[in-house]
Amino acid sequence: MRYEAVIGLETHVELATQSKIFCSCGGHSTKGEPNTRVCPACAGMPGMLPVTNRRVVELAMRAGILLHCDISRYTTFDKKSYYYPDLPCAYQITQWFHPVCRNGSLEVTTKDGTRTIGIKQIHMEEDAGKLVHDDWTETTLVDFNRTSVPLIEIVSKPDFRTADEVMAYLEKLKTMFRFANISECEEGAMRCDVNISIRPEGTEELGVRTEIKNMSSLSSIRRAIQYETARHLDAVERGTETLVQETRRWDDVKGRTFSMRNKETAADYRYFPDPNLMPILIGEDWIQRVRDTMPASVEEKTAEYQSKGLSEKEIASLTSERSLCDLFDAVTALGREPKDAASWILTECGGLLRKHGQVMGELQIAPGKLSRIMEKVSGNEINRAAGRKVLEAVLYEDAEPDAYCEAHNLSAQGDTDAVRQVVLKVLDSTPNAVRDYLGGKKKAFQALFGGCMKELKGNGDPQVIRALLEEELSKRS
Amino acid sequence: MGQYVTEIKRGGAVAVDDTIQVKGCETRAGSRILEGFRPLFSAEAVERLERAGYGIAGKSAVGEFGLDLLGEFAHGGANLDASGALRGAAAELVAAGGVKGALCVDLNGTPRRAAALSGVDFLKPTYGTVSRYGVIPCACSGEQIGVTAKAAGEVWELLRVIAGHDPKDGTSLPTETYSYNDGKAVAGMRVGLVRELSAAASDAVQARVTDCAGRLRGLGATVDEISLPLSDAARTAWNLLLCAETCNNVSRYDGVKFGYRSPDYRNIDELYVNSRTEGLNFLTKAVILYGSDVLSKGRYFTCYDKALKVRRLVWEQVKALFKDYDALLCPACAETAYRPYDIKDAFKTVFAESLFTAIPNLTGLPAMVSGGVQFFADTLQEGTLLNLAEALEGGSAK
Repeated sequence: MRYEAVIGLETHVELATQSKIFCSCGGHSTKGEPNTRVCPACAGMPGMLPVTNRRVVELAMRAGILLHCDISRYTTFDKKSYYYPDLPCAYQITQWFHPVCRNGSLEVTTKDGTRTIGIKQIHMEEDAGKLVHDDWTETTLVDFNRTSVPLIEIVSKPDFRTADEVMAYLEKLKTMFRFANISECEEGAMRCDVNISIRPEGTEELGVRTEIKNMSSLSSIRRAIQYETARHLDAVERGTETLVQETRRWDDVKGRTFSMRNKETAADYRYFPDPNLMPILIGEDWIQRVRDTMPASVEEKTAEYQSKGLSEKEIASLTSERSLCDLFDAVTALGREPKDAASWILTECGGLLRKHGQVMGELQIAPGKLSRIMEKVSGNEINRAAGRKVLEAVLYEDAEPDAYCEAHNLSAQGDTDAVRQVVLKVLDSTPNAVRDYLGGKKKAFQALFGGCMKELKGNGDPQVIRALLEEELSKRS
Repeated sequence: MGQYVTEIKRGGAVAVDDTIQVKGCETRAGSRILEGFRPLFSAEAVERLERAGYGIAGKSAVGEFGLDLLGEFAHGGANLDASGALRGAAAELVAAGGVKGALCVDLNGTPRRAAALSGVDFLKPTYGTVSRYGVIPCACSGEQIGVTAKAAGEVWELLRVIAGHDPKDGTSLPTETYSYNDGKAVAGMRVGLVRELSAAASDAVQARVTDCAGRLRGLGATVDEISLPLSDAARTAWNLLLCAETCNNVSRYDGVKFGYRSPDYRNIDELYVNSRTEGLNFLTKAVILYGSDVLSKGRYFTCYDKALKVRRLVWEQVKALFKDYDALLCPACAETAYRPYDIKDAFKTVFAESLFTAIPNLTGLPAMVSGGVQFFADTLQEGTLLNLAEALEGGSAK
């Protein structure tokens, strides 16, 4: 008999907001020393009252619009009670009764084709803190920096059949959310709970379901799904064990899942509406405003860049990061040619980032500075190699393009007269090489070229040097 | 009486209940579990008083989280008068003239009951008019800071200072300030005497209510006996909501971050269990158990959700009465004096007594105790309540 896996995902995504979900203290969990991003409210001090961060609701609506959801006109926050030392109030504020979005979908494409994954709901909630276990002293420390950082949880329908589909879905969510400035989706900012069961292909009834909690790396998720599916198959086909509905934990080192035999699986969270947070009424005009202020999607940007004559490859690279699109748009708005701008961002900046062990997403440069460098190069004030040098100084020393050129005497490098002086000097000082070249030993050209480059300290434009060398050599033949 | 009162300034001095935070001043809410807890900030109402030039005289003692009748189960002990009867600490401070007034949290009618027994005034304003920022939370959907003072004029004076919009409280009403000068005059006022509540009180209290009705008629008001059939359902609903919300709110006292921590534990579960077992009293534990039960999976829709529906029905029934009446008159408590009793009976006793006080907590409507009786008024009609009290007190402080 052939079996198929039935997989559903609960994906927690940390939202990119300036402040936390119910207080005004600093938003970013991953940054800062332990317990420095915390205020009396998110530390759960009695007497503090939660006040909803409007931006969180708008980002959740934005996610709902991208995932084709119905946006609720009436949405509420509810309290979920459980004890854990990383939860300062012993309750988490989440949405249980009236989530902000329902009934959406996302198309995912794998090598086997395109399928539509149903989205049951999206809800908003606060994150918990972090426990840091110190095996050496056998103590556990708590860090509340992440407490009350806003999350949305996207609950899919059990529509996945393969790990590939899950990967494609998560990759697509990541790209969409980064691009729409919903989340930075950095390491750990996207966490998944995976529900798995198997059933004979062609049947409707669901098998025994297990849930693997809290995984954040894509490779772990893939391996966990593969392991868990195989475990279910063995149990059903060969009777290796009896499956029970339970919560399991993935051990990335051992490469297997373990039952989390704790009380939490049977917990009763005693949900009830939080009386401190009034129901949020979402009108058509608010939804429209969120729609109108949504950053352009990948598809829209792709079409725009096609019309500007960029290649498929350039478009794919630029649209991999919202920040690259923003930079490109700013530089072209300053009057630079689109093709040239793409080349400077992707080839020149990209090359320098690689050299410094960084990735494209880390590129940070004032559009005005990049534009100025491009202007100097295209206006032949400096050559491209010098431009690259200026760019490096701008990126890593925060230099000003004009001041840097002046200070490093780069402005003359594009001047053919200056280069010609160097060429003549090299030709005069190495008569042997000149004789060899003129006598037919073409290899001697490289020595002369190298001599010029050395004189110019690497700042010469190879094409200009080559042309001038050939010109001057021909005069001596 | 007030076990935390350190200094009593005459004149502009105001006491605040120990469930209201004052920055840096130990705030225990009458409980061992908050031993040594010094708040990082003051309640908004306290800030407003201080900005307006009033001094905080100190903290007035309350029962653990303000859950009991009159503070009888405070960690620091009950407060008794010379005859051995229970008295509320804040009401007694005010009655003795030690302070101009007191800010008290009306969670389950305690300050109203205390005012009736000590012969002072207490006004619980409309929910959302005074910020709850800085109140040790129990039942957030109905608890409200109010003012205890000797006469209506002083209640009016202090209430105006503390009321008004606070962005730090998401349930705060948008009105920036209130004048409370728009109340109806007593002559020509229509008052409804609530039959069910009056009938449930002792003869002495009933006589007090009847006497008050007579005096009101003498002042030109009409008083009719009216029926509020949902009175008892309102009590049950409020008890249920109060327990559920309190259970959730006091769950943060776990011995991990502040307050009392049991010295006796080997792991995190024991730390929680032992700290809470030793830190909370029997009444709070009963409230937690009842609250957990009504929120549990099997019970939510038959208990908690139903209580929310009853809240709506009571609201409609009372609002309908306010079409015909300017105020409702009823007792504030069943007896004229209460004796100390065993804590094992506390849950039953407290939630029997809340029959008289539950409606304003459940619906958010304003209520005032003066001259040992209680009045309810429509939303934001505190002015009417103050006029009633003032007329009965025969003064014109306002």
